[in-house]
Amino acid sequence: MDPMAEIKASFFVECSELLESLEEGLLQVQGGDTDPETVNAVFRAVHSIKGGAGAFGLDDLVHFAHRFETVLDEVRSDRLAIDADAVLLFLKSADSLSDLVAAARDETPVDEAKNTVVIAELETLMPAGGDTETTDAASDQDLDFAPMTLSLDLPTTDSQMDLDIDQSTDEITDKTPIWAIRFTTEKGLNQSGNEALFLMRALTEMGTVTASCDTSDLPSLKALDPSQTILHWDLTLEADTTQAAIEEVFEFAQGLCTLVITKKESGPAAGEVIDASTLPVLPDLPDLPDLPDLPAPAADTGLPEQPTAESISPAAPKLPASTPTKSAPVAATVRVDLERIDRLVNLVGELVINQAMLSQSLSAQNLTSNPTISTGLDEFQQLTRDIQDSVMAIRAQPVKPLFQRMSRIVREAAHDTHKKVRLVLEGEATEIDKTVIERLADPLTHMIRNAVDHGLEMPEKREQSGKDPEGTIHLRATHRSGRVVIEIQDNGAGINRERVLSIAQSKGLVPTDAVLNDAEIDNLLFMPGFSTATEISNLSGRGVGMDVVKRAIQSLGGRISIQSTPGQGSTFSISLPLTLAVLDGMVIEVSEQTMVVPLSSIVETLTLADAEVQTLDQGTQVVHIRGKFVPLLDLAVEFGYRAPNVIPDDAVVLFISAEDGEPYALVVDTIHEQRQVVIKGLADSYGYVPGVAAATILGDGKIALILDPVDLIARAGSPDTPAALSMAG
Amino acid sequence: MTQAPTDNSNSDLELLAFRIADQEYSVDIMKVREIRGWSPATSLPHAPEYVRGVINLRGAVLPIVDLSARLGMDPIEATSRNVIIVMQLETQTLGVLVDAVSDILTLQKSDIQPPPELANGKASSFISGLTIVEDRMIRVIDLAGVLPETGQAAA
Amino acid sequence: MNVLAVDDSRTIRNMVSLALTQAGITSQVAEDGLHGLEVLSQMAPDAIITDINMPRMDGFEFIQEVRKQDAYQGIPILVLTTESAQEMKLRARQAGATGWIVKPFDPAKLVGALRMVTGG
Repeated sequence: MDPMAEIKASFFVECSELLESLEEGLLQVQGGDTDPETVNAVFRAVHSIKGGAGAFGLDDLVHFAHRFETVLDEVRSDRLAIDADAVLLFLKSADSLSDLVAAARDETPVDEAKNTVVIAELETLMPAGGDTETTDAASDQDLDFAPMTLSLDLPTTDSQMDLDIDQSTDEITDKTPIWAIRFTTEKGLNQSGNEALFLMRALTEMGTVTASCDTSDLPSLKALDPSQTILHWDLTLEADTTQAAIEEVFEFAQGLCTLVITKKESGPAAGEVIDASTLPVLPDLPDLPDLPDLPAPAADTGLPEQPTAESISPAAPKLPASTPTKSAPVAATVRVDLERIDRLVNLVGELVINQAMLSQSLSAQNLTSNPTISTGLDEFQQLTRDIQDSVMAIRAQPVKPLFQRMSRIVREAAHDTHKKVRLVLEGEATEIDKTVIERLADPLTHMIRNAVDHGLEMPEKREQSGKDPEGTIHLRATHRSGRVVIEIQDNGAGINRERVLSIAQSKGLVPTDAVLNDAEIDNLLFMPGFSTATEISNLSGRGVGMDVVKRAIQSLGGRISIQSTPGQGSTFSISLPLTLAVLDGMVIEVSEQTMVVPLSSIVETLTLADAEVQTLDQGTQVVHIRGKFVPLLDLAVEFGYRAPNVIPDDAVVLFISAEDGEPYALVVDTIHEQRQVVIKGLADSYGYVPGVAAATILGDGKIALILDPVDLIARAGSPDTPAALSMAG
Repeated sequence: MTQAPTDNSNSDLELLAFRIADQEYSVDIMKVREIRGWSPATSLPHAPEYVRGVINLRGAVLPIVDLSARLGMDPIEATSRNVIIVMQLETQTLGVLVDAVSDILTLQKSDIQPPPELANGKASSFISGLTIVEDRMIRVIDLAGVLPETGQAAA
Repeated sequence: MNVLAVDDSRTIRNMVSLALTQAGITSQVAEDGLHGLEVLSQMAPDAIITDINMPRMDGFEFIQEVRKQDAYQGIPILVLTTESAQEMKLRARQAGATGWIVKPFDPAKLVGALRMVTGG
């Protein structure tokens, strides 16, 4: 790839990191953090975005970033004190900045009107005075894509004089002009790293130079300080150039030398010789114009120490293991192409399959009883597992950026619905496979919006119920028994079960006389066609239902469930496999089809002969175990491979637990072995298959389906499975 | 839609011709990744009749569509003599089960006539054109939509 | 020529490296003043380019620290800045900078300025 294009791509990656820390910093400020370093970090984030954007000519972005940065500069220099509203404005500006970055990256149009409004609001914060104007002047220069600054700030009268000279001399002579330059070094020149020699050498690139040194001002040797030499150089430069260009060569030495430049003519009519003394000497340090007096900062509102009735979130959660920025050590990192990691993951997957195939063929040859071979195989398996874990860890990333995006979603949703909402993040350091994180973004967004829109009540109503008018949504991630669990918990009104039931009934999703328990009613939300189109609000009017969310979660090999208490709130739980790649499974056989059941879902196994199977009235079979009657599902029948009630005698019963914890029993023909299998998704190649989570390739090269027991159980009740049909008939 | 380079409306098309029962069909060869012999597929429960299942294509899961069934004709009774044409569609890779491959044809786009109106709605939706080669009528097939993408049909 | 470039923006570091490499100049990078001092101790640059706004130790402090070292008292140091205001030049000079480059920078000007201050 073209190096500049690569750098540009990397710039956008850097922008998302900067935007993340920008938001983080602002949230800390909002939470009462008064550490100046926090504000500095916020300023730097915007500053860096502007810097990079300028390099690529992304004018809209530069323009906005500059305005934002200017206000932040005032804040970090303690010239502007801010209150909660200002912080909210900054958060809004950060959102706009983020949109501009995205627009620049995707080359889509920007929302000019909105940006203008935000900029105007930012400017109302600026302390009154000339600052905005001078910054504008400077920014105009910055926006100009022209190279390094040329001009010195010479007062206008002299440029006029220059003009006069040029006019007159041009009339007179065609020869290359000759310039006499008297260059006097002052103390400090060398200390600044400048070298008179180099400066003069630079002149030689413009034309021919002759030089002579006037040492008349040198002190005697005794008093001589080599680092403070004061030397006069008389230079003549024969070059077709301008005074401004010559001055530019000495630009860095401004204030550390004196320059007297005269244009000499060698022709007879000398024209006007400018007396060098009338040219201004380059200003010495003390002579610089006074900076405009900065006005006193706006009325000191400061940040409230106590939470007020406004929607300032009290003590926003400190990020886990947050170290003050000053002492944070820089972790060594390497940037790797995601494609390379994906390739590596695939190769490791193949390694696992190969290892399994090797085991299988050795076992078929009855060689595995040999202790050397068997130890070797075990080690091989352990090594493979370790490599796998390491590789998967490479792709694992903290959920923090994803969770932080939800902050913005909550802000916007709260704004749109006129509610007060606070988002509390927990476990942001929890790591999940990168591809899972990406595919979680949409479902999570929908659920958060729903929580704000439907879960939480309006502030007035909350107050009436004695609740804090500001609702809270907890967004949590944890590792729990081999899976990643993400919870979205709101302290709203909970699910209105009567309403849900009646909507479902009116849409024909359940029969009107059905009697459902609480959990079943809650799960109606996940049914296709359920979306509460009856109350179209700003958010839900988009026609996205929870069924789409559920499907998305399932395609990740995950599960979703709800718990709700009226008046107190609801919690959505998403359970995801820790890695997308590998699974510990039980290889089974169902009507000559080899399949795999995730080991983690099997609670217990029992041979059919030992199980007490009883048949209830409608043909439903149950297993009597430890005083409970557990419903039985014949997988062969469920999958349509066999007619009901023809279970082989040596069949095995697997006890599974459903989403709500209720036990179920699956009947399979045989159990083969426990094995680690590589998961191959079906979603991309084919799509959703009911009761099936994914596929895998067995040792013999054939594909076996990996079952999703919970989904199997969920669908077992649905009217169109063969089992139900045959029982009805 | 059989692709012809957009800038030249009459340029050459290369088609892979194959047989199902006694009829000949063809597809744009640019979309053909490889041709394999039949191997038994792992069946997908509750899948439509024309989806035979999935096979292992060098470590990837490849769904197999019985083209005969899909076109509304009798399902193919596959043996090792049958052929699977692995096709790369826009967002999917899939294997199409046919009887045998017959030819590679080079045609001009102008050699292809629009398909006739058929009473059987199913077949016409995939047949994008007809051509005659040496007295053989060969139907040109467009496979977009041959496999519903999200597999929702299974639900 | 060997140059040390210090900037907390990865994009700017990349661009400076690219400009220098294309001009046949070798370079090493650091991401803030503290890191810059570390890297400096492991190399012997002919010149330094540094940003001003950086975490942990900003450009001004960095320059002052560098100039405290005998070996680098007079080393040419250019500051990268997004402002061309006189005030900024003042501060840069006070901190001990040799010169400045305004961002967005023209690679040719950057290289030209480096060549001039190093005389090579």
